[in-house]
Amino acid sequence: MRPRHRHLLFLVAGAGVLGYLVWGMLDLSPFGRYPGPYGDIVNAVAFSERHVLNVVTAVIFDYRGFDTLGEEFILFACVTGVSLLLRHEGDEQGDRCSPKPRRESSLEQAIAPHASEASRSCAALYCGLILVFGVYIVLTGHLSVGGGFQGGVILASAWLLVLVAFGSPALHRFARKYAVEWFESAGAGAYVLIGLASLLFGQNFLTNILPLGEPGQLLSSGTILLINCGVGIEVSSGFILLLCEFGKPLQHQKPVR
Amino acid sequence: MNSFNTLQLVVFGLVGLAGTAVVLTRNPKRQIFVAGVYGLFQTVLFYLLHSPDVALSELAVTTVGLPILVLLTLARLEKVK
Repeated sequence: MRPRHRHLLFLVAGAGVLGYLVWGMLDLSPFGRYPGPYGDIVNAVAFSERHVLNVVTAVIFDYRGFDTLGEEFILFACVTGVSLLLRHEGDEQGDRCSPKPRRESSLEQAIAPHASEASRSCAALYCGLILVFGVYIVLTGHLSVGGGFQGGVILASAWLLVLVAFGSPALHRFARKYAVEWFESAGAGAYVLIGLASLLFGQNFLTNILPLGEPGQLLSSGTILLINCGVGIEVSSGFILLLCEFGKPLQHQKPVR
Repeated sequence: MNSFNTLQLVVFGLVGLAGTAVVLTRNPKRQIFVAGVYGLFQTVLFYLLHSPDVALSELAVTTVGLPILVLLTLARLEKVK
């Protein structure tokens, strides 16, 4: 097929897709209008039922907690898949984390070739601030904007700074891979265990069984806070594991099959 | 909130422009930074549309998650070649 014909074909197909899109959008409800009942109901009952100040968090980690469990395990499966794909054969024979020093320089050159003293000092300074901010975002998901997913990514960005400023050997010293793997599994498992715990009390899976506490206090909202912590640990260690895997020195210098 | 206000319209336009810029940037290393700017505009847009939770997620993904993966993958690919 000649390029000109291909363009013609694209124009016809593109016009068709555009027509369908416009047709579909004409039937949407107007901007800012919410026709469904659920949002209004949740807005009305979430505060008194769950003692949360952020209704979004109540929906994500309580009313729709089962969906979020699936989402968390999507991330878990992705990280596992990346680890499997980037696995080297050397890793299986006891070399769990620390790469061999003589082969370290190659990828470090590609990732952090010329990190200056100034950027290294700034990275070291910001690491602490980012960790504190990430913990704050994880812990206050039920009070304000935030939660385990966002806070977990923010926490992991501290390790990203270590990788960018100090290179992969420093990252591997700063985050032992087997420990990170344990944390990731524990975070993912915690969600399921919290859900199963409610079965012991004769409730449905993921029912909020803990005391709800005083609204607006840090220790409130029952299992929502606990699940947030678990998700924060899972997401941050998942991302750190990705950093470890991607930042790992290439041990076999042959093309990926 | 039954119609756009001016600020929302402006940021909507900026999101469209930035999205086009992402597609028109061909070098992946530059593209990831343009994509970051695109994500920042989206963050502002979500915030203006009264969904700060989504804005924070978008901010975390677009400034940390996506660049990490793309840049580290590019770094690996350059080493493998």
